[in-house]
Amino acid sequence: MRIWDLHCHLSGVAGLTPEDRLSELLRYADRVGIERLCIYMGMKWAQDPTPDDLVKQNDEVLRALDKHSDRAFGFVYLSAKHIERSLSELERCVANGPMLGVKLWVAQHCNVPEIDPIIARAAELKAVIFQHTWFKTNGNYVGESTPDDLVALAKRFPKVPIICGHTGGTWELGLRAIRDQKNLFADLAGSDPTWGITEMAVRELGADRIIYGSDSGGRSFASQLAKVHGAQISEADKQKIFCDNLRGLMLPILEAKGIKA
Amino acid sequence: MNRRHFLGHTAAFAAAPIVADEKQTRVIDCNLHLGRHPNRDLPQVDSAFLSKHHIDQAWAGSFEALLHRDIAAVNQRLAVACKHQPRLRPAGSIHLLLPAWKDDFNRCVDTHGMNILRLHPSHHGYTLDDPSFTQLLELASARQVLVQIVTQLEDQRTQHPLTQVAPVDLKPLTEIMKRVPSARVMLLNANAAMVTKTLQGSTNLWLDMAMIEGVGGVENLLKSWPTEKLCFGSHAPFFYWESSALKLQESVLTSEQLVAVQQGNAQALL
Repeated sequence: MRIWDLHCHLSGVAGLTPEDRLSELLRYADRVGIERLCIYMGMKWAQDPTPDDLVKQNDEVLRALDKHSDRAFGFVYLSAKHIERSLSELERCVANGPMLGVKLWVAQHCNVPEIDPIIARAAELKAVIFQHTWFKTNGNYVGESTPDDLVALAKRFPKVPIICGHTGGTWELGLRAIRDQKNLFADLAGSDPTWGITEMAVRELGADRIIYGSDSGGRSFASQLAKVHGAQISEADKQKIFCDNLRGLMLPILEAKGIKA
Repeated sequence: MNRRHFLGHTAAFAAAPIVADEKQTRVIDCNLHLGRHPNRDLPQVDSAFLSKHHIDQAWAGSFEALLHRDIAAVNQRLAVACKHQPRLRPAGSIHLLLPAWKDDFNRCVDTHGMNILRLHPSHHGYTLDDPSFTQLLELASARQVLVQIVTQLEDQRTQHPLTQVAPVDLKPLTEIMKRVPSARVMLLNANAAMVTKTLQGSTNLWLDMAMIEGVGGVENLLKSWPTEKLCFGSHAPFFYWESSALKLQESVLTSEQLVAVQQGNAQALL
């Protein structure tokens, strides 16, 4: 089984430098058979980063990628609260740099119109777009998007694939929310390995719209791999979820950058 | 690194055995559940389930104990279910706020022959500094019964809005256990933060690993928690069983540590 991990971070893992932390992630990834890691955000996070925070965190990812470009892909961390700097970071890190995707977190709800230039430019660059989402029973952060917010965004860009981070966490709700918006993909990462997530995702979305990720280092690779290894689905569907779907989304930008993977 | 190089130089192929190899080390799973969950349709833990996962012995509680008030009947059904499947060892539940809970204790121990009991303080609405908890520990200690405390069942962020419960506050536990030094307690579903904040240095206290998270989580826990006090627990079928199995593969553990966690520590406990 070929495994790419959509969702990894440089936090929650030992190491004094970004490259050391990525080395550490890879050491454990090797033990559970993961071939490639997508990494985003730096060593110290901010829920509402300043423009300079964004640059600093992206610099840390670039530094880590510099050492491990054969095993890791980078996504540039952007914020809809800082459009000008986000667009310049997109140029620096993706158009003119080695990164292949965009990460949007919790600073601003993703349904706001201000975000549109980021999505439009990312789509031009063929970058993979990842938006964090949660439906938290005990309440979201102020700027934290729900899958419903993401559906509103996705309707404005119906031809642009966008990944629904965490599938909303409360996946029984998240899967229903995104089901009819066909350009949305479900990220399995970062929630407890509660039985049934993958089975319901395959049933409701089809295996072609589901992507394995871990949310390591805060999460183990193990608990998140179990969602696919332990699911009562076909081996062919597992392969799609573990690698093929993500690789399919990345191929246009990989080819554009001349990267073989 | 190309893909061939990756496969040749990593433990990639080792990923499969822990979830599929017929020769895999067998385990004692200290944290399984039977019965119907209140709001999820989960797979049955039956003979096929145990065989598929190479489970030699499973300590099984009942999901029905969470909300049912006729807990004697819950324990009765659990005892019957486990009689039909010798690899299952029943962990009856005691609800310390029910009238005459000591009768349930006696029925579990004397009538059903249980030597593991399971508590759900959050679902049942009490804290560990409730005097009845100390009384329960005293009774259990006198009868050499292991007490399992379910510290949490589910991430608060994903709980059903009508059944929201917080994790158990473990702060009082160390002092209470000093008052009942011969009591043996196992915490189910504790995470590393709960343990390192409040329980370092506690004796006669064991953990299962179902909610030990983070990259290399088990390995990291064992830097500050004694290996002999950690047991394999899956929290299945609520969690995919493979989660705990793969954690043992992800972490760098000695063969002695692996055997202890998978079987030896639980065997020694009973």
